[in-house]
Amino acid sequence: MIKRIKTNKARIKDQLFKYFAMLCTGLCLLVLALLLIDIISKGIGRINWSFFSNLPSRHFDESGIYTALIGMVSLLFLTVLIAMPIGIMAAIYLQEYGTKNRFARIVEINIANLAGVPSVIYGILGLQIFVRIAGFGNSILAGALTLALLIMPIVIVATREAIKAVPNSLREASFGMGATKWQTTRNVVIPAAWGGILTGVILSVSRAIGETAPLIVVGALVYVPFIPEGPLDQYTTLPIQIFNWTSRPQQGFITNAAAGIIVLLAFTFLLNGIAIWLRNRWNNKVKF
Amino acid sequence: MRKNFTRKKEKAIELLMSASSLVSVLTTIGIIFVLTADSYKFFSEVSIVDFFTDKEWTPLFENKHFGILPLLSGTLLTTIIATLVAVPMGITIAVYLSEYASRRFTSIVKPILEVLAAIPTVVYGFFALQYVTPLLQKLIPGLSGFNALSPGIVMGIMIMPYITSLSEDALRAIPTSLREASYGMGANRFQTAFKVMIPAASSGIIVSVILAISRALGETMIVAIAAGQEPKLTLNPLESVETITTYIIQVSMGDVPQDSLEYRTIFAAGLVLFLFTFILNNISFWVIKRFRQQYD
Amino acid sequence: MYKLESKNLNLWYGPKQALKDISMGVDANTVTAFIGPSGCGKSTFLRCFNRMNDLIPNVRITGQALIDNINIYSRNVDVYEHRKSIGMVFQKPNPFPKSIYENVAYGLHIIGENSKSIIDESVETALKQAALWNEVKDSLKKSALALSGGQQQRLCIARAIAVKPSILLMDEPASALDPLSTAKIEELIYNLKKEYSIVIVTHNMQQAGRVSDKTAFFYLGELIEYDNTSKIFTNPSKEATQNYITGRFG
Repeated sequence: MIKRIKTNKARIKDQLFKYFAMLCTGLCLLVLALLLIDIISKGIGRINWSFFSNLPSRHFDESGIYTALIGMVSLLFLTVLIAMPIGIMAAIYLQEYGTKNRFARIVEINIANLAGVPSVIYGILGLQIFVRIAGFGNSILAGALTLALLIMPIVIVATREAIKAVPNSLREASFGMGATKWQTTRNVVIPAAWGGILTGVILSVSRAIGETAPLIVVGALVYVPFIPEGPLDQYTTLPIQIFNWTSRPQQGFITNAAAGIIVLLAFTFLLNGIAIWLRNRWNNKVKF
Repeated sequence: MRKNFTRKKEKAIELLMSASSLVSVLTTIGIIFVLTADSYKFFSEVSIVDFFTDKEWTPLFENKHFGILPLLSGTLLTTIIATLVAVPMGITIAVYLSEYASRRFTSIVKPILEVLAAIPTVVYGFFALQYVTPLLQKLIPGLSGFNALSPGIVMGIMIMPYITSLSEDALRAIPTSLREASYGMGANRFQTAFKVMIPAASSGIIVSVILAISRALGETMIVAIAAGQEPKLTLNPLESVETITTYIIQVSMGDVPQDSLEYRTIFAAGLVLFLFTFILNNISFWVIKRFRQQYD
Repeated sequence: MYKLESKNLNLWYGPKQALKDISMGVDANTVTAFIGPSGCGKSTFLRCFNRMNDLIPNVRITGQALIDNINIYSRNVDVYEHRKSIGMVFQKPNPFPKSIYENVAYGLHIIGENSKSIIDESVETALKQAALWNEVKDSLKKSALALSGGQQQRLCIARAIAVKPSILLMDEPASALDPLSTAKIEELIYNLKKEYSIVIVTHNMQQAGRVSDKTAFFYLGELIEYDNTSKIFTNPSKEATQNYITGRFG
């Protein structure tokens, strides 16, 4: 008798938890939906050709994201150019060369720690080292160097995972033919891991694309009415433009901000989509 | 000749690669150096006792006070709200996905939840200020336009996927045999989940929570947009507050002269923030190392 | 003079001794089989001859391993140059995720061969020797991963012999293959004997009996008996060998 009551109680708890959990899951999906609907309904009307081609302006209906887009794309391009070779080489070193030595262990702990440093702190680092000591000022170069350091841990971790997945038998086959360590790494390991490496780089770019705080700290300008022409020019980026518009009181700028967010989200989702597609394609193509 | 050349090339490449991995060490050294050097200059002008006890933070005003407590309380308040939202929901969903839901359902819902983690934070800031705050103002009359509650909740939603994703991984990593042992003794899903699975996956779950908290502490744009810029020593979520990160942004956007005392405040404030996240990260490493169980 | 020889060879993995004082010699243009239960050290011993054990941390080796009377562990031997003169085929087929052609040409690139016509010719010869040419000659640009397991292993053999080594080390080359593919590999080994000295590690005693001229039996890191294959299988002189051959353990 007692046992039955207990089982009943347990069943009720089980059911209650199940419904609570479904509610939580539903709530999260609802929030995501609300966020997207709210932003799209506020901003979609503003999306037209002039929004992409206009310079920023004091009048919201003449304001566009042209400079912000160009600034963002050049910034990301430069960031990848810096972070990708260094990050990949560091990962190869840690995974293939220094597996046992102390230096590699220190670097490893260090990377785990860096991944947890708030991005605004990277901004302070960039401000002092690149903007002031190196004298790059509020330039794209200073911003790109800062972002490169920020995404480096992501690139390194992803590259290491990809290299780790390359079966040892391939390395042995290459060494068995008399290939040196570098020949093996360059001709066998990197090509076999390339899909994974590329996926990691793209995901790190999708992280960099939304970064706002560190760029504000290193002096990406809020108002740039011209197109940057070189890495030492001043610039602004889309998230900063959005931030600027969001803090204006006029409804017209809020609409601009929402429209800017639609563009930013499109970029972010596109990059994530490419990364997922690449990963699946690679997984299907190369089965070791 | 050739052999010698090959060997030199191999050495040179290895050197280049180890130099690349040195970049990450230099980054850490750089962060610590930059923060402490200017903080040192700052504390030669402001007493460290005042810094931690003064209840006002007004470096940009005429009557200057350098008490970090208001910024700290703002940071902690928004982080606590975010944690209160994210931890129960995040863990509940993780348990649901790994113990209750079908694999198909999980494989659809998990990536969608991870979309929440991919959304740029400036977007969340906009959402908090333009959607959540007006909504909350309808429910709570007298809620000010800038407040800790709205960005706190939104930040909670932002960090939740970290908890769900990592906790779900931790629960999945537990061998099925353990789950079967519990079911075999007549336990139901709820009992199995809470008496066997969660304790077994506790280290992974704890780490996920710590990482999420550390992310909330360092989060900048959501609070900079929606929490306001008034450093206030309060734990009232309905008031406007300023966090450490917001303050750094505020100074960066203004025209504070370089090498002035006001300018150095961001390094002192940054150092406090860095120490908080650094300690939290290392606690999580310690948990991983100390409590990781090997199932083989 | 032996083609391959070991003198008092000892090997430790950390504190654990895996090979104990092994001395033996292998003649040129013969097939020698290493047999013994799992963990007896036969693969480890095989891998000593192209210094693949160098890749494993904490391995310590004493004694000598000689090829053409030169100790390959002496200081002035360049390990990479040394490996180029020895072909190795592994337990599981391990083609690179590249085209069939690129797989066979890999070793030629490594030895610094740049002439397209020489590479083309060597690839064709190697694939013919490995009895794979007829199956793949129209699809050389296709990925090697699309081949069947047996074809992959023959590709790996082609890859190993493309650089014309004088020795071929085979570490259980047929253990992951079906019987039909195994028969093909065995036939291949028989044909390759004319040009190569072959050492094969095998689990399968019938296989050792079928393909090898001499057989060495290893047990717990020691070389128990080494003699003509026919003698080992019909009239072994050690009891341990007898027991293993008749299937009483292992």
